[in-house]
Amino acid sequence: MKITQISVFLENRKGRLFDVCSLLGDNNINIRALTIAETESFGVLRIVVDNSDVAVKLLKDSGFVANLTDVVAVEVGDKPGGLASVLKVFADNDVNIEYMYGFVEKFSDKALLVFRFADTDLAQQILAKNDIKVVTEKEIEGL
Amino acid sequence: MDIPYWNKEIETADRATIEKIQLERLGKTLSCALRSPFYKRMLGEAGISSGDGIKSLDDLRRIPFTTKDDLRKSFPKGLLSVDMQEVVRIHSSSGTTGIPTVIYFSMEDVKNWTDLVARCIFSTGATSKDVFQNMMTYGLFTGGLGLHYGAEAVGMTIIPIGGGNTKRQIKVMKDFHTTVLHITPSYLLHIHSRLGDVGISRDELTISKAFVGAEPHSENTRLKIEELLGIDAYNSYGLSELNGPGVAFECVYKKDMHVWEDAYIVEIIDPETGEVIEDGREGEVVLTNLIRHATPILRYRTRDLAFLHPEKCECGRTHRRMSRILGRTDDMLIINGVNVFPSQIEEKIMQIPEVGTNYQIYVDKKGSLDRLTVKVEIYPKLFMGEASQLDALKNKIKEELRSSIVINAVIELHEPGALPVSEGKAQRVVDQRSKL
Repeated sequence: MKITQISVFLENRKGRLFDVCSLLGDNNINIRALTIAETESFGVLRIVVDNSDVAVKLLKDSGFVANLTDVVAVEVGDKPGGLASVLKVFADNDVNIEYMYGFVEKFSDKALLVFRFADTDLAQQILAKNDIKVVTEKEIEGL
Repeated sequence: MDIPYWNKEIETADRATIEKIQLERLGKTLSCALRSPFYKRMLGEAGISSGDGIKSLDDLRRIPFTTKDDLRKSFPKGLLSVDMQEVVRIHSSSGTTGIPTVIYFSMEDVKNWTDLVARCIFSTGATSKDVFQNMMTYGLFTGGLGLHYGAEAVGMTIIPIGGGNTKRQIKVMKDFHTTVLHITPSYLLHIHSRLGDVGISRDELTISKAFVGAEPHSENTRLKIEELLGIDAYNSYGLSELNGPGVAFECVYKKDMHVWEDAYIVEIIDPETGEVIEDGREGEVVLTNLIRHATPILRYRTRDLAFLHPEKCECGRTHRRMSRILGRTDDMLIINGVNVFPSQIEEKIMQIPEVGTNYQIYVDKKGSLDRLTVKVEIYPKLFMGEASQLDALKNKIKEELRSSIVINAVIELHEPGALPVSEGKAQRVVDQRSKL
C-alpha cells in the first residue's frame, strides 16, 4: 500500500522550516515522520502527515512549493537488526531505494520505515512475498 | 623622457597631414564599402555612389551611423566587401539574441592591424627584449590574437598562454622571467592576491609592465595595480568591430589613450541627438575604420561613453587622447572582461520550463574578481519533490549560461515571490560594484 509524502521546497532562508511547521501546527496537522534533503543552497522537506490532502492544499495556498510523492511505509520490530533485515530482502531482489527515513511508533514496539523506491510496484510485490508488514494510509492517520 | 615611436612620422604628423591621410583613406574605404550589400544600400540612400562622393571630412556626417543591430542583421555576409577567398581571418562575438556579429580580415587588413598594435606596444617602451605573457583569451575573441601579432612584430618573446589557471600563470611568470602582461585589471589584482598561495613572492617575478583592458576601470584601480605590483599599467581600448585591441593606447605618460587618427576617424556624439560634440565633452564614441577593407565599418556607434582631450600630450604625438571609458549607453555588463547583455541571460533562462517568470541578475565582487549571480524563482507546478531534480535544474541553468555567455554564474533557486517584483527593467539587474 502506498502512502503519501509531501515534499516542500525550502529556500535557504532563515525561518523557512519554522514557517512550514508552524503553519501545519496552527492548522492541527500532525507530522508523523520527517526528513530534510539538503544541498548547498536549498532543502527539500519530506513529511508524512496524518492528513495529506488538507496539508498539501494548505501549504500550496500559503505560497509554498509542495507536491505529493508515493512512498511505502514498512513496519518492523523496534530492535537492533530491524532495518537490516528489510534491506537484505531488497538487496537480494534488486529493489532500488532512492531514499528512506525512519521513526518509532508511540504505542507499540514497532518502528516505521518510510521508503521511496525507484520501482514502487516491484517493491510492494517483494514486500508482500516476504511477509513484511506495510502500513496503510488509514493506519498512518490513526497512529 | 626618451619617447619611443614605432612610426614617428605618422605619430607626430601635423593635423593637416593627418586629415589629408584620413580623407584619402576614407575615399578608399567608401569604395570598398560600396561592394558590400549593406553599405551599398545605406550609402545609396545617402546619395553616395562612389569613393569620390565625399569631398571633405565634414561630409562624413552625411553617412548614417552603423549600429550593433545592423551588424547582427547583416550576419553573415552583409558587410563583406571582398571575395571570401581573400579573407584570411574571421573573428566573431556572441550576440544578444544568439545572432553573432562577424568581422572578416584580408591579408592586408591583418597586416595593418598588426602594425597598429605594434605601434601601441612600442609606445609604452616595450621592446624586443621583453618577455610577453598574453593572458587574454585566444580564439574568436580579438584580444588574444590581436596583441599576439603586434607583439611578434615588435619582436617580443611571446608566451601565448591565454586566460585562466592562476597557479600556472604565476609559475610561468617566474620560470620564463615575464616582463610584460596583457590582462584585465581585475584578474591582475586577483593574481596579486594569490601569490602567497602559490608560494612565489613578488620579488621573484620580473614584471615591469601590464597592458590592461577589456573592462572599464577607474584611475584609482590603475594606481592600485601599479602600487601593489610595482609596475606601469597602460590602458588599452579596442573592440572587434574596429579590429580589436589597437584602437587607442596609452603612451609612457599614461595620461589617457591616443586614438590612432591615421587609422580611425573618431567622433564623440550626443547619444540622444546624434550631434557631433566638441572635444572635452563626454559623449558616445563613434569610430570609422580607415584601414580595413574586407569588412569596412563607417561611423560605428560603440555605445561607450568617453571624451577627447583637446590638449596635446607631452609625448609630442598629434593623435588625440581619449579618456578612459566612463560608461555605456546601453545595459551591457562587463564581467571579468567578458561582455554580456542581461537580455542574453533572460533569453536562456526563460527557455527552461522549470524556471518561473521572475529572476534577478546580481553582480558583485568576490575579492578582486567580478561575480555574476543569477537568481531564479522555480515554477511550482514542475516541482517533482526531489532534491536531485532541483540540483539538476541548477546545473542545467549554469551550463546553459556558460555555453552561451561564456561566464560561470552562481545560480540561486528561490521560491515564487521571494525575489523583488520587477517594474520594468530597472530591478532585473543589481550591480553592487562601485561606480567608476
